[in-house]
Amino acid sequence: MADLSVRVGELGLRNPVMPASGCFAIEYAEALDLNNLGALVIKSVSPKCRAGNPTPRVAETYSGMLNSIGIPSKGLAYYRESVLPAYTRYDTPVVVSISADTVDEFADAVAEMSLPEVAVIEANISCPNLEADGMAFAMTPETTYKVVGAIRRRTSHPFWAKLTPNASHIAAVAKAAEEAGADALVMGNTVLGMSIDVRTRKPKLGNVMGGLSGPAIKPIVLRMVHQCYRSVRIPIIGCGGISSAEDAVEFMLAGASAVQVGTASFIDPGAMQKIIDGLESLCQEIGVENIRELTGQVKLDRQLSDRWLRFAQQSG
Amino acid sequence: MQASIEKQSPGFAPVALKCSSTAQHCFQRNAYSVASHRCEVREHRWVNDRYKYLKLTAKADLAAATKPGQFYQLKCPSTHDLSPFLLRPMSVYGVGPEAGTVEFLYNVTGAGTHALSHLEVGGQMDIVGPLGNTFGLEPGFQRIMVVARGVGLATMAPLLQHAAKAGIRITSVMSARTPKDLMRDEFLRGVDADVHCVFDSDGSSSVEAMEQLVRRLLGAEHHDVVYTCGSHRILMRLQQLLKDFPGTRGEVAMEQRMACGMGVCLSCVRLFDKDGDKQFLRVCREGPVFPISDVVGEVEFG
Repeated sequence: MADLSVRVGELGLRNPVMPASGCFAIEYAEALDLNNLGALVIKSVSPKCRAGNPTPRVAETYSGMLNSIGIPSKGLAYYRESVLPAYTRYDTPVVVSISADTVDEFADAVAEMSLPEVAVIEANISCPNLEADGMAFAMTPETTYKVVGAIRRRTSHPFWAKLTPNASHIAAVAKAAEEAGADALVMGNTVLGMSIDVRTRKPKLGNVMGGLSGPAIKPIVLRMVHQCYRSVRIPIIGCGGISSAEDAVEFMLAGASAVQVGTASFIDPGAMQKIIDGLESLCQEIGVENIRELTGQVKLDRQLSDRWLRFAQQSG
Repeated sequence: MQASIEKQSPGFAPVALKCSSTAQHCFQRNAYSVASHRCEVREHRWVNDRYKYLKLTAKADLAAATKPGQFYQLKCPSTHDLSPFLLRPMSVYGVGPEAGTVEFLYNVTGAGTHALSHLEVGGQMDIVGPLGNTFGLEPGFQRIMVVARGVGLATMAPLLQHAAKAGIRITSVMSARTPKDLMRDEFLRGVDADVHCVFDSDGSSSVEAMEQLVRRLLGAEHHDVVYTCGSHRILMRLQQLLKDFPGTRGEVAMEQRMACGMGVCLSCVRLFDKDGDKQFLRVCREGPVFPISDVVGEVEFG
């Protein structure tokens, strides 16, 4: 039996598999034993009450889906009283994901949710920053540094910054989050996309644009996890299109210490358990005793270009 | 929630819609657990030009676990041309007599159902469920009415079986484009009912004509409840009409585009009016069956 336990900073997890925020709610207790997961990451809560976006909120794509749910929220007090208790009764660390519109609102919300029963705060800084013309906080190193720093000053809880693949220079964003005091990074989130029905000529989402998720985005996010891994020393949690044990190991080899599973649960509510079971047998197959040792172990040939150049010079 | 998963006397669906003042009371489940079931295709054939009948068997006792109005999410197989990614919610057309058997009747419309229509007998497919709440069918009912059109027919077919077994009399108003699209036998499946058929082809299915017919039937004899599914226009007309028959409840099985089917993703919400309080409810979770009086008419929002 392989040892599946991993560490994300100070936090020990029984295995590296946890749900992605937005793709998990207590209803999955009907399909899974929540005591078997590495952590429970709850859907983002925002301090402002929001109805969410107009329907249709979901559209199918090749090997994935677009969504424009829009983070419906009933505010922090409701969340603390009526949402959180259902998750904290399990023997699994609870991660509260927070989304907010401004830097101060973010910092206040994180401070308010830094509760003893909450193991980790995940700051979903992929949401639009109303102070920066609707650009997501994590799109630039500057806004990332600002919001992460403000959050750090208000909480002593372990705190993960959830980055977005919609950033152009992810290594710099990751570095900014580390320097501003994030304990770990979650890389990534959905990729901004759009889809149109050619017959009605209407966008397939009520909100016109939405986030692409599922296997379609896996190579993009895997690359970004690797870029972050080369850029920072804090742990990285990989998130994007993971639907099998092989996907999870691929993310760990690229540099992730743990993984989050999102869209795969929509296709099979038992997906996370199947990935955990699959990790057991995959570790056995590839001769790995401690899964944590896989992190960052992708085999790179640093001299490959030089060797190729010398080899190529021999050709006609 | 507990009441709905208690063992029920044979022949009765659990009463699903005792929704009182808050949405919390609507979080009713009729399944102990939800699972992905690998099924074998036992029968798959065209019923007419547009509808196909699909019979699956699983190892689990789906017949006992599934109640009228509930649905499964179907993993439609990929074909050469089509690769549906999301599961397709599909209401159950029938179960049994074998414990693992579940039946679907579906309209071949989009990528998912086109891919599904190629599935061959002997092949395998995965389904997730059972999901959602159920029609409220109470032991004391004397007579019920079902108003069916299109795919709504499949959704309400199990209800007729349960009502007939309980000795409840049935009035059935069936609407279709033409007589050949009606599927009367497929709907009734041997159940004795007072059947009224209306068609687009002769104008008898217009909402005005339907309203007159339903009013006449409800006026002639007391019905405990009117169930419907499949047409938004008929639904909204029934909502108006039922205000004149306060002793008659109304229930509708709603449809909405969804991803997870379990109440997690929040993509399938619709607006409902619960005791004067407008709120978004999840069609997959608080529904798919809702009181007709609670529906807030939406036209533009898929």
